[in-house]
Amino acid sequence: MAEAGIALIKIAVVLGFVLNLAALLTWAERKQSAVIQDRIGANRASVFGLRLFGLFHIAADALKMLTKEDHVPQTAEKFIHGAAPFISFFFALMGFAVIPFGDVLRVGGREIPLRILDLNIGILFIFAAIALEIYGSVLAGWSSGSHYATLGGMRGSVQMFSYEIAWGVSLLGIFMVYDSLDLNRVVLRQGDLLWGVLPKWGIVTQPLGFLLFLAAGMAITKRVPFDLPEGESEIIGYFVEYSGMKFGLFFLTDFVLTILISALLATLFFGGYQLPYLEPDGFRFPWGATWSLDHYTVVFLQFVALVLKIVFFCWLLLAVRWTYPRFRYDQLMDLGWKVLFPLAVANVILTGLVLTLIE
Amino acid sequence: MAEETTILESSEMILNMGPQHPSTHGVLRVKLKLDGEKVLDAECIIGYLHRGMEKIGENRTYPKYAPYLDRMDYVAAVTNNLAFLEAVEKLLGLECPPRAKYARTMLAEFQRIASHLLWLATHALDIGAMTIFLYCFREREEILKLFEEIFGARLTCNAFRVGGLTEDLPAGWLEQAKAFTDIFPSRVDDYEGILTENRIWLQRTKEVGVISAANAIDIGLTGPALRASGVKWDIRKAMPYESYADMDFEVPVGTRGDTYDRYLVRMQEMRQANRIIRQCVEGLPGGDFKAKTPRVIKPPLGEVYHSIEGPKGEIGYYIVSDGSTIPYRVRVRPPSFMNLQALAQLARGHYVADVVALIGTLDIVLGEIDR
Amino acid sequence: MFIFVALLLPVVALLAGRLLRPQMGHDTKLRPYECGVEPETDARERYSVRYYIIAILFVIFDVETIFLFPWAVIYDKLALFGFIEMLVFLGILIFGYIYVWKKGALEWV
Repeated sequence: MAEAGIALIKIAVVLGFVLNLAALLTWAERKQSAVIQDRIGANRASVFGLRLFGLFHIAADALKMLTKEDHVPQTAEKFIHGAAPFISFFFALMGFAVIPFGDVLRVGGREIPLRILDLNIGILFIFAAIALEIYGSVLAGWSSGSHYATLGGMRGSVQMFSYEIAWGVSLLGIFMVYDSLDLNRVVLRQGDLLWGVLPKWGIVTQPLGFLLFLAAGMAITKRVPFDLPEGESEIIGYFVEYSGMKFGLFFLTDFVLTILISALLATLFFGGYQLPYLEPDGFRFPWGATWSLDHYTVVFLQFVALVLKIVFFCWLLLAVRWTYPRFRYDQLMDLGWKVLFPLAVANVILTGLVLTLIE
Repeated sequence: MAEETTILESSEMILNMGPQHPSTHGVLRVKLKLDGEKVLDAECIIGYLHRGMEKIGENRTYPKYAPYLDRMDYVAAVTNNLAFLEAVEKLLGLECPPRAKYARTMLAEFQRIASHLLWLATHALDIGAMTIFLYCFREREEILKLFEEIFGARLTCNAFRVGGLTEDLPAGWLEQAKAFTDIFPSRVDDYEGILTENRIWLQRTKEVGVISAANAIDIGLTGPALRASGVKWDIRKAMPYESYADMDFEVPVGTRGDTYDRYLVRMQEMRQANRIIRQCVEGLPGGDFKAKTPRVIKPPLGEVYHSIEGPKGEIGYYIVSDGSTIPYRVRVRPPSFMNLQALAQLARGHYVADVVALIGTLDIVLGEIDR
Repeated sequence: MFIFVALLLPVVALLAGRLLRPQMGHDTKLRPYECGVEPETDARERYSVRYYIIAILFVIFDVETIFLFPWAVIYDKLALFGFIEMLVFLGILIFGYIYVWKKGALEWV
């Protein structure tokens, strides 16, 4: 019974965090773009005259989505049309099951691993979840029976094909360095220090891998400059035939994926929940100073560190959107197949060479 | 099985882009024949905004017809208006006082900047660069404010009257205009900073939609689209009207005739237009703002064709007068209509995404295509 | 357990939407989007073969990368031998990749 309770609490924490952050991102994206574009941004929704920088727009949006009429075009395959947003959203959420948000929490002699699912092939699980997620948009495009949606769906699937390989290979280096597919072990090993000073984060050991993963990750989240499946000024997107809450799910999926990629970037390349020099019993600086903290403070600090890292990458991914034009289809493929993939393979060989030489 | 198919056969997709599409700049309909992402054939279908402009002209007196023309190229109402009025003045044999000429030149150049800004904003937006859109609108807003002060309207401003201006420039207006010309070049630098050397922008515009000089002349392209192909043809230089003969400005020319060159040419034109405005502000002569015109505009029997260099190309009016107060026939030569003809040819062999970029680069306004 | 919660969320959202929203579609509203004109062909026809070529390439290369994962994990233990062996494997992969490139399968013609 207690086990189930703990599991539920963990799920509530993770999902609560993800969904709230996703909702906040919808607001942040507007406000951020407003700042970049020299305007004010969403600020009209008010409750009793209180505007709160437009934060009520989140609630207003949700309400709008819920009460909007639902269109299912005559040409649609009704069942698949309804299932597509569900598939998208569900698999995007699944990815979070293996993201560790802390090592272990010891409460009353009980050790609670701070992740929903302890999988020794964690990263493959995320690959699978993201690969299945794309089915949502492909099926949405296909089932709508509209040319524009079809084009969007096809673009989405091929974009996924082109970038998932580079994405996977760019991570190989990380696993060579940290010897595990288990995300928690990767994070633990990143707590080590390189030459006694530098935290052994993925960004230090795999700088090229990081850039490749970032680029491919942006392509997978379908954000500008890789937003071809949506391409709102060209083909309007695979969800052109969706309205109401079904569209809302697609919309939210985008942000959930952004958070997932940010979480992966933080976990794999920026030490996950690790803070530099923070050991399980407190800070231990390389110059000898120590600052001991109790167990709960350490776990809390680590959780906060992870959250801050995720928020930072979310911000980065959002900011890119407002600065770049969109790629063309063939250019997108060229980048994925002819630039990222060879570079990723070169990165693997280089990593292998360096590791062999070190030994 | 009677039906024979090979394994690799796929059917062409027929995709209607427009009339209700975010990037067809109005109600243009482009019927695309697609093989996957590749455009095999394109066909432009126009006429969704037809209002019978030319026919209306046969039922309105000359001064009353002028406001209708603002609704043709509704993002460049001033130049539209100017071309018609000059044609009427030519028919009447009327000469404007120098102050009116300078003011008209200046306002026409303001309109050129405003129109180019709108083009840049939407063109960049079509290609996916969102931020520049609002930057351009910020400056366009300044120009529209200046227009509002002088014409009382922002978009479809019935700018001038036969023989000159409606009224003299309001007090303090010239200072505002001068202030605008002071900051504007740095704003153009901003736009160029975002786009000119942006790798993705270069990839999306270079070698896309190449028109050779000969081909451009065959199609009848005018304006920046023609000059980007390397043809140095600008009516402001070739057949100076208003006070362009007094102005010192250059005509930017491209070399390759691709989308990127058209972008560069228009950016340069904005800077040149700014220069012209500056010269007009500084050299604005005093005197009358309107020539002595008869109370009733009644041109003699005859016909006239007059064209000026609008922001989008040669905008010309052919007017036949039967000696009454109402034109017998008005024929418009809208630049967008001619420029649009290039689209089908350019789109062939490119990608769906390029079609959007090509519509943007030709800088069309459906109001004057469909008339 | 996570699966159930993750399943529940979209279902609840969609159900809530169903209960709250007005239902008043009519035929014109339910026509597929084609910029305001009748679609001339069915949207679900045979697609360009290009998409499938990319998909097949994806399957081939993705399977090859999956082979690399276990190798990467125990790379420490395999040491030099494992590295050289993997170079051979990668060599074959790269050879195939160059072949595909030269054949033009990566160009979107």
